[in-house]
Amino acid sequence: MDKEQKPELICPAGTPASLRTAVDGGADAIYCGFVGPTNARNFPGLNFSLDEMAKSVLYAHDRGAKLLCAINSFPTAGRTDIWKKAIDDAISIGVDAVIIADIGMADYMSKKHTNARIHLSVQAGASSAESINFYCERFDIKRVVLPRILTVAEIKKVHDAIDCEIEAFIFGNIGMMAEGRCSLTNYVTGLSTNMDGVCSPANFVHYEEDENRNLTTRLGEFAIDCIGCGQNAGYPTICKGRYNATHRKGYYAFEEPISLNLTHLLPDLIDAGVTALKIEGRQRSKAYIKSVVSSFRSAIDAFAKGETPDISDLLALTEGHKQTEGAFLSKKWR
Amino acid sequence: MKSNSHFSNSPFGKQKANKDKANSLKNLLPPLPLFILQPLLNHIVSSVAKKHPELFNRLGDSANKVFLIDPSDLPLFLILQPNPLNPTLKAYNQNEIIEHDTYICGTFATLMQMIDAQSDSDALFFNREIRVSGDSEAMVALRNALDDMEGSLAKDVAKSFGVLSKPVLLAMQKFSKNSGKENG
Repeated sequence: MDKEQKPELICPAGTPASLRTAVDGGADAIYCGFVGPTNARNFPGLNFSLDEMAKSVLYAHDRGAKLLCAINSFPTAGRTDIWKKAIDDAISIGVDAVIIADIGMADYMSKKHTNARIHLSVQAGASSAESINFYCERFDIKRVVLPRILTVAEIKKVHDAIDCEIEAFIFGNIGMMAEGRCSLTNYVTGLSTNMDGVCSPANFVHYEEDENRNLTTRLGEFAIDCIGCGQNAGYPTICKGRYNATHRKGYYAFEEPISLNLTHLLPDLIDAGVTALKIEGRQRSKAYIKSVVSSFRSAIDAFAKGETPDISDLLALTEGHKQTEGAFLSKKWR
Repeated sequence: MKSNSHFSNSPFGKQKANKDKANSLKNLLPPLPLFILQPLLNHIVSSVAKKHPELFNRLGDSANKVFLIDPSDLPLFLILQPNPLNPTLKAYNQNEIIEHDTYICGTFATLMQMIDAQSDSDALFFNREIRVSGDSEAMVALRNALDDMEGSLAKDVAKSFGVLSKPVLLAMQKFSKNSGKENG
């Protein structure tokens, strides 16, 4: 990798303090969302008011960083005005791009804000060159965030056949859902990951630990995991739960608690044409942001100099203390 | 104080919490003279509320909840009620019956590191270094509200003691360090 190829480091922020931490830690761009259902991390106490977002734009720009506003959930019938207002607000305060998932909102933004930059969210689930090019032609998409289902070799093929930049996740939470359409939480709670922006709403989550420190995690009325004393825990999501079936007891039917970590694939991703490397975790703390951002900043800079960085300490921040290169390395990764 | 309907079924309810306390080595310690500690806690909560009023916006409805904070290596509980009109932080001896909506437990050092953004709370949960139960929505809101505070809570509190700020900070750091050692 030479200097011209050095990719952008895209970092998450759930609060203004996290955003400042990411900027100060060396992020090239930070993505964040407004309070409410318009972004896919609609958690209690998280996200930005319009005033906080405007101040954050200034903070980022003063330090040479960009702010990408995630409006990446799917409006349901009768609620599109909330998403349209979020887009108008974001543009009015000078964000560098809006990350859009819904095709209707992409259409709205491309017509109303013709000079604004649209990034296609991972939530849109666009994984083929034909699909991505459709978005480019119709809505002038400048960048696509690829679903975490493609191998590096496939990313290279997509790159060679599309008319926009590629952003790829390199670290953080990973799920086996078809990106953009997860109905598991909706089934149990009535609230949708992709339409209400909330996966496993906190008011439905309950933890129970017995006297031997065995931890039971519940979502609504369903026990979704039982974790023995001394075992590492994961997020309380249905896709990371363990289940009993007729042929097998207590197994991870969908996915284990595990985090994506593509440190060792960074040179391959960049050679494949990836423009921007993205860290997941707007729901995580400043401590996580500080550690992950500085580690990947150092790693990218080291690779650019032809050195091999050591960022093995990131394992401590992974879900369940486990990490994977997921589908980026092999389709048979489970 | 309120009790959460879900919470009453939790093994981390008040009876369980007190049973754990009774079984722990720290129970060998005599009850603390809390009347000495309380003015310090009043000072902490009022100085934080004054310096970080935005914290209450992030808490939303969870500002009306009752949080039981259990430093597992100390013979006491803390009860936080972050009501914006009258925020309180009160200490109780470990054998007292305390009703609450949300429970969080960890060593004093772990709790301080989490509040001061030195450790990631999700990672602490994954590693089982903190235990939580009760109203998860309130817990998440409090975590995010505290995490949006700029700087160090320990330093802010120490600073509010004026000329005594340096010895207060050193005492807090020393106590936190010893707490971490004792608990691995």
